[in-house]
Amino acid sequence: MEIYLDNSATTRCYESAAKLMYELMTEHYGNTSSMHQRGVEAERYRREAAKRIARSMKVEEKEICFTSGGTESDNLALLGCARANRRAGKHLITTSFEHAAILNTMKELEEEGFRVTYLPVDERGIVRLSDLEEALCDDTILVSVMYVNNEIGSVQPIQEIGELLKKQNHKILFHVDAVQAYGKFRIYPKKLGIDLMSVSSHKIHGPKGVGFLYVDSGVKIQPILFGGGQQRDLRSGTENVPGVAAMAEAVKEIYTGFEEKTERLYSLREYFIQEIKQIEGTVVNGPQGREGAPHIVSVSFAGVRSEVLLHALEDKGIYVSAGSACSSNHPAPSRTLQAIGVKKELLESTLRFSFCEFTTKEELDYTLAALRELLPVLRRFTRR
Amino acid sequence: MFHAFLIKYGEIGIKGKNRYLFEDALVAQIRHALKQVEGEFRVTKEQGRIYAEARGDYDYDEAVEALRRVFGIVGICPVVILEDQGFDSLAKSVVSYLKERYGEDCGKTFKVHAKRARKTYPMASMEMNAELGGRILDAFPQMKVDVHEPELMLHIEVREKIYLYSDVIPGLGGMPIGTNGKSMLLLSGGIDSPVAGYMVAKRGVKIDAVYFHAPPYTSERAKQKVVDLAEKVSRFTGPIYLYVVNFTDIQLYIYEKCPHDELTIIMRRYMMRIAERIAEKTGCLGLITGESIGQVASQTVPSLAATNEVCTMPVFRPLIAFDKEDIVTIAKQIDTYETSIQPFEDCCTIFVAKHPVTKPNIHVIKRSELKLAEKIDEMVDKAIETAELIVAG
Repeated sequence: MEIYLDNSATTRCYESAAKLMYELMTEHYGNTSSMHQRGVEAERYRREAAKRIARSMKVEEKEICFTSGGTESDNLALLGCARANRRAGKHLITTSFEHAAILNTMKELEEEGFRVTYLPVDERGIVRLSDLEEALCDDTILVSVMYVNNEIGSVQPIQEIGELLKKQNHKILFHVDAVQAYGKFRIYPKKLGIDLMSVSSHKIHGPKGVGFLYVDSGVKIQPILFGGGQQRDLRSGTENVPGVAAMAEAVKEIYTGFEEKTERLYSLREYFIQEIKQIEGTVVNGPQGREGAPHIVSVSFAGVRSEVLLHALEDKGIYVSAGSACSSNHPAPSRTLQAIGVKKELLESTLRFSFCEFTTKEELDYTLAALRELLPVLRRFTRR
Repeated sequence: MFHAFLIKYGEIGIKGKNRYLFEDALVAQIRHALKQVEGEFRVTKEQGRIYAEARGDYDYDEAVEALRRVFGIVGICPVVILEDQGFDSLAKSVVSYLKERYGEDCGKTFKVHAKRARKTYPMASMEMNAELGGRILDAFPQMKVDVHEPELMLHIEVREKIYLYSDVIPGLGGMPIGTNGKSMLLLSGGIDSPVAGYMVAKRGVKIDAVYFHAPPYTSERAKQKVVDLAEKVSRFTGPIYLYVVNFTDIQLYIYEKCPHDELTIIMRRYMMRIAERIAEKTGCLGLITGESIGQVASQTVPSLAATNEVCTMPVFRPLIAFDKEDIVTIAKQIDTYETSIQPFEDCCTIFVAKHPVTKPNIHVIKRSELKLAEKIDEMVDKAIETAELIVAG
């Protein structure tokens, strides 16, 4: 039995998306820049994909820039906008618990002479509007806030931030890292006041190595990759047509029957949270109701190291992650968990369970049973 | 430019009547090392020297790198091989070799050292030295002869063909693998044990290894790290047979039955016992550990004595008096350091007590071990039987 509860790290590709990708790689393999039939055909696939993705957000096809994934989208948004607008100002704002793709890009911009304000988050894992308002300066050019936190699933007040920024006297660009949110919420950038938005394909059952950046047509941005001038000079490099088409297929799938799927995910999550709280010595971190994302549950298990519990669960075919998968290259106590006030002794005893539309109640019951069985055993053997 | 390598070896030369055994082992190791290199090589032993001759094209840098990882080699001399077309042609070739190798305006002091294996060559060695020296002086106005401490020693060997060399690239030294039996290395994921294995292997000892795995307390990645380390070491030693022992049950049993400040010592005593049993089975004659006096609580002299007490095989501890920095230096040289510092827990660290004993009393420890009497033998047998064998390298 395999139970995959690490969907915030990555997801299984939809079969239809994988099939389409295979087809495009072996049959319709043209280069969109070629002038012959194969090229025209590839270009058609690319445009279809862009259209479908644009429609899912009610934006224009030309506002979609395909990238190699979430990290590149974040890099392009921040580096591209900061550099293109440096004459307007040198101040940037983000939060302290963003993904490394944002935080490390901000560090790079600091090297280039920009000032960056890192907003704190409250005990619910949410940015305070008042903090943002206070941080705004006359030379603020860009604000970047993630939609859903990848470790605890807290949802940020995107619409309120968008409105606040539009009220300012000068133009401030608003970038949203929606890697954990797109496909879990319906997101309409124009209604929310979002100028740029990063999305990754492999978090929505699409292939890895592809993603996109939504760029509002009014945004001044410059490229970070240089070459053949594809995608209106914004992102050079032969377009990954199979990846892009498969991503669009995944977008179609994930937003099909969306309301029921979301409802189902929320009730599964509520059930899981309710049951896990019955187990002795567990603490659920972050939002527990519908104010949070439907697919992420962060739980601390007193007296057990997360790595050990993770491997013990793995032994039973259950895959979860400790903290967030992206940070396992540089293990350190999670800043998000610290920010929301998780007790020190629980920081290294925290697991993240993340669901997807294929997750079933049976799987959760099996997982809960495994936890009930393993925890007492593992707690017997701890460092004293 | 170069067609062959003359291999110089040191200590082997003094091993009396056993010398041929050492030379044969070295030839075997060189052949093995060059197998990984692009190109084809003929390795021969003749008149107290070993030649590795390339047949056709080969990757020079790769070949030198490979030879620099063979224990027993003191120096590697890249050789130019010339057809014998008369002395005049030889002299021209020597000059153009020097130009290519050291540049037109070379100003080194030099000495020519000619040697004839083929005594039918029409000139005597001394005569060749003088004549070639003259030709070199004509071609390089800034070069000077220095017969005592030349910067450049030009060797000419007259055989069927003529061999020409002037460089000696230092080798690792030591003795060829396989000339000193086999020993079992206790390999953890740390910095020390790979270095210890390397050092003992350098004395000609073939290495097997054992790793203690404690799932779910240690991860699959921790095990992969150890396999990676074994592979890194195998670049010097040849393939390593790595025995992965599942140690979880034994560790938990000790944890339940014995005082916690003695856990590490007792655990290590069982590791040594298991390592020794596997070593006996695989024909090893000794154990190797990366221990260094005082580095951690389990490596104080009393702790080492307590650990040592369970073995009858000799335990080789090449790092015993090394400072950590010196160990790190070697780990970097042999390219195991980066792998070793990856942060995965190994089974030595997971249950470590906050204040482990540093002066264990052997009688106390033995008494504690009596509490394990009921199941421990069976558990040890099982751990040995179920050990997984991975061939690294």
